[in-house]
Amino acid sequence: MSILVSEFDLSSSEAKNNSEFMRTQIALWKKRVEQVKMGGGAEATEKHKARGKLTARERVEALLDAGTSFLEFSTLAAWDMYKGQAPAAGLITGIGVVSGTECVLVANDATVKGGTYFPITVKKHLRAQEIAAENGLPCIYLVDSGGAFLPMQDEVFPDRDHFGRIFYNQARMSAAGIPQISVVMGSCTAGGAYVPAMSDENVIVKDNGTIFLGGPPLVKAATGEEVSAQDLGGAYVHCEVSGVTDHFAENDEHAIQITREIVAHLNRRRQVTLKMRTVEEPLYDATEIYSIISKDPRVPYDVREIIARIVDGSRFHEFKFNYGKTLVCGFAHLWGMPVGIIANNGVLFSESALKTTHFIELCEQRGVPLIFLQNITGFMVGQKYENEGIAKHGAKMVMAVSNAHVPKFTVVIGGSYGAGNYGMCGRAFQPRQLWMWPNARISVMGGEQAANVLLTVKMDQMATKGEKMSTSQQVEFKKPILEKYDRESSAYYSTARIWDDGIIDPADTRRILALGVAASLNREWESQKTGVFRM
Amino acid sequence: MKKFKRIAIANRGEVAVRIIHACDEMGIETVLLHSEADVQTRAYRMATKKVCIGPASTAESYLNIPANVNGALAGGADAVHPGFGFLSENADFAEACEKAGLIFIGPSPKATRTLGDKVSCKEIAKKLGLPLVPGYEGENQSVAVLLQEAEKIGFPVIVKAAAGGGGRGMKVLKSAGEARELIESAQREAHSAFGSPKVFLEKYLDHAKHIEFQIFGDASGKVVHLQDRECSVQRRHQKIIEEALSPSLSIEQRRVMGESAVRLAEQVGYRGAGTVEFLLQDGKYYLLEVNTRLQVEHTVTEMVMGVDLVKAQILTAQGEPIFSDRQLVAPRGHSIECRIYAENPYQGGVPSTGLLGRVQWPEGPGRRFEYGFEDGDVITSFYDSMIAKVIVWDESRVRTIQKMKQVLRDSVVFGVHTNIPYLMEILSHPEFVQGTMTTKFIENHFSEPLRIPDLTADELQFAEASWRQLKPQTVTAGEESILSPWTSYWRGI
Repeated sequence: MSILVSEFDLSSSEAKNNSEFMRTQIALWKKRVEQVKMGGGAEATEKHKARGKLTARERVEALLDAGTSFLEFSTLAAWDMYKGQAPAAGLITGIGVVSGTECVLVANDATVKGGTYFPITVKKHLRAQEIAAENGLPCIYLVDSGGAFLPMQDEVFPDRDHFGRIFYNQARMSAAGIPQISVVMGSCTAGGAYVPAMSDENVIVKDNGTIFLGGPPLVKAATGEEVSAQDLGGAYVHCEVSGVTDHFAENDEHAIQITREIVAHLNRRRQVTLKMRTVEEPLYDATEIYSIISKDPRVPYDVREIIARIVDGSRFHEFKFNYGKTLVCGFAHLWGMPVGIIANNGVLFSESALKTTHFIELCEQRGVPLIFLQNITGFMVGQKYENEGIAKHGAKMVMAVSNAHVPKFTVVIGGSYGAGNYGMCGRAFQPRQLWMWPNARISVMGGEQAANVLLTVKMDQMATKGEKMSTSQQVEFKKPILEKYDRESSAYYSTARIWDDGIIDPADTRRILALGVAASLNREWESQKTGVFRM
Repeated sequence: MKKFKRIAIANRGEVAVRIIHACDEMGIETVLLHSEADVQTRAYRMATKKVCIGPASTAESYLNIPANVNGALAGGADAVHPGFGFLSENADFAEACEKAGLIFIGPSPKATRTLGDKVSCKEIAKKLGLPLVPGYEGENQSVAVLLQEAEKIGFPVIVKAAAGGGGRGMKVLKSAGEARELIESAQREAHSAFGSPKVFLEKYLDHAKHIEFQIFGDASGKVVHLQDRECSVQRRHQKIIEEALSPSLSIEQRRVMGESAVRLAEQVGYRGAGTVEFLLQDGKYYLLEVNTRLQVEHTVTEMVMGVDLVKAQILTAQGEPIFSDRQLVAPRGHSIECRIYAENPYQGGVPSTGLLGRVQWPEGPGRRFEYGFEDGDVITSFYDSMIAKVIVWDESRVRTIQKMKQVLRDSVVFGVHTNIPYLMEILSHPEFVQGTMTTKFIENHFSEPLRIPDLTADELQFAEASWRQLKPQTVTAGEESILSPWTSYWRGI
């Protein structure tokens, strides 16, 4: 397999500027993540610990096997939303290794508004379950939550993808043989009571853990009965009387030990085997990516420079090098596992779409996971292109991407605009995971284009009335549109709303993709099917 | 006196091999207590019997006391050798062995507890009048008193949070002028970080040498020292190069320090191998700590003293006296050990893992290689990254350094990065060559990762040609899990 030889000049002043710019962005991202990791703040944490509880992050750490990885999702969910009341949306989710088994962990952070569910919290919980279901990973819920955030009940309770979906997912996953395990480490009130109750096996912690459909205040209001929380639904009641829970734990540490024991007996095996190779590090340092990505997103670079810093041994077996050159595709290995890589190297033309469609078919045929490196302004426009049928060629690409049965992984390494987002496996096309680099931007089209389109429409309307816009009026007209697009297309706006699974350090891309591909081997991939390709 | 029939080895890597060598030569069988990840290793291939004691994670295998004891019993061993690291200084393990009827090859649990614990060790040393690093740990925490004490100790002085660790609340006071402000800020930091403003003062040894004495107590109760070693070349307290004897001690210093070491060991009736560590600065020495076990660098002592410390440990555990009936020989020549770590010297020493393609050590007179992995073995990320030790002996220090450089130049390790290029730089550094290096040597001269050397055009062409020819290997079934990206520690931020 040929080796990608880097031709990028790392010593140029431009490269140094780029690197400095990217490092500033990474520093900002790290600062925000550190901030969010404090949960509900020092005071709330102190109160939480005074009850003998571990914090949500400590629980997750304690549950994981020593010396293994944890791939956290949407750490910056709800960033700059809800007046900053919900750091990380009050929920920690991710894939981690427990007793040698890759599992999805979902841990409520009770220091954040008592672990209650904001709309984004629900979305984050459901996304974690979706990842578990797609990849066949056992779910471990570390429950410590007051249920729905009542002031926003209309956005968390009634709809299909709201609170009830959590339990629906548990039932469906249990039916599919994906173990559901709950550890009750705090309150599980009302709907929340169904998390442990719907689990295959569960644990409850003495004193702190409670499960009931209606808490003591509600019971009193409804029936006049006065009862303590422990007598109503504490660990003794549920382990000895009701049988709602299976294992009695003295404290958080004990509960975690029992949970590790539960997982140790799940008898999970890998369902997919790949033809593996020994792992080779790329020939080039991943942090060199910082120098390659230009400060100005309009400055192009060869995406092979990025691929060379992600794949094993920087080896890349490129497909159709000379055809449809604005898109690069080829085979490589990632941490020893075979992968097919599809990466933008400019705007999409008909040829690039056809080439991608062909390449996806190859990966489908051979059972090779797909990786999309997305940096796309969209499909080419204009009479020549419409007349040659770029719409149907683009449609073939979207058809192939949508129906691909091999696991797909997307990293937005630059812009993600318009139909380019679709063809390159955007969120709607169900990649197993979707990550954003800090410099990434996502919107239906670029701010400048959107402003110009709206301006043209407006000026056409005015022209019919015989009116005209001065240059300064035009600038005024465009300004709010540009500002809106600038704000809404940032990686933080995206990650706050869980349009992705998180912002990542570009230098970690190789590892994060490898973790994702390795996790995808836990459930058999669906069988291969395609729709009608418009020829 | 009881001859052992079979010894269990509660360790891995090159030290397990070292113990197997000694046992083989003495006609004793071995049982290797290994983790699931350590099947493809040299020790596994050499041991008479093998018992798997748990998964790769050290907590569940090499640090798991019941698993080790049960493994030794299941393997039919009558004694346990703990090597170094892991459970070697764990008195609970020694007790558990004895309770199960196994002889623990090492000092008594009591000796381990008294000398191994820093506080009680210091108390004994104080009683014996041995010099400790001057300091103040008093209750009176007024700034005036602390200032006075700092003066008494003599600048520079380090202020540490009493409740803390990890460098938080730590300040170096260089002179009386800045001391007040720094003490107050250390107290504030200590308060906010650990909830208590209490601080300790200690003399800051900023150009000290690490000198240690090999002690040995035999079955007759006689304690001797087998001269000293210098291990000043350290990175974040991890030794990299050790030598015997130290190039920095005068005859008188050697005599006084050696006697101190023996007196300390005699206090607890020490049996077996141990090491008393000192810091030496400006001609003054201070007791640092005692290691109640075999050291990684025991080899250099063996080379210059003509002894076999592992056999001596086994004989002692069998109850055979060693020193009472023979005169200790004088040291001869010089010996240096380099630890070979699987790490990338061009990326600041990040661990390097993978399949060892080809390993070749250049044998020759006065050269000794201790290694736990051979061609085709896999270096995993579960354990310490030391994969081998290279030890050389020659008549003088200068010749020993020359020999070591030649040996390292001729050593072949393919498949993982090693620190060999880094060792070569250290061995050529004037401070090391002169023997004046201190424990700050690495920090002062090698804080930056090594620069990747420029290849000549020929070398580059050759490298590219061979890389292109090389085909990545297909992994056989069963190895996938070891290579999974999930089995290495990573957290993002």
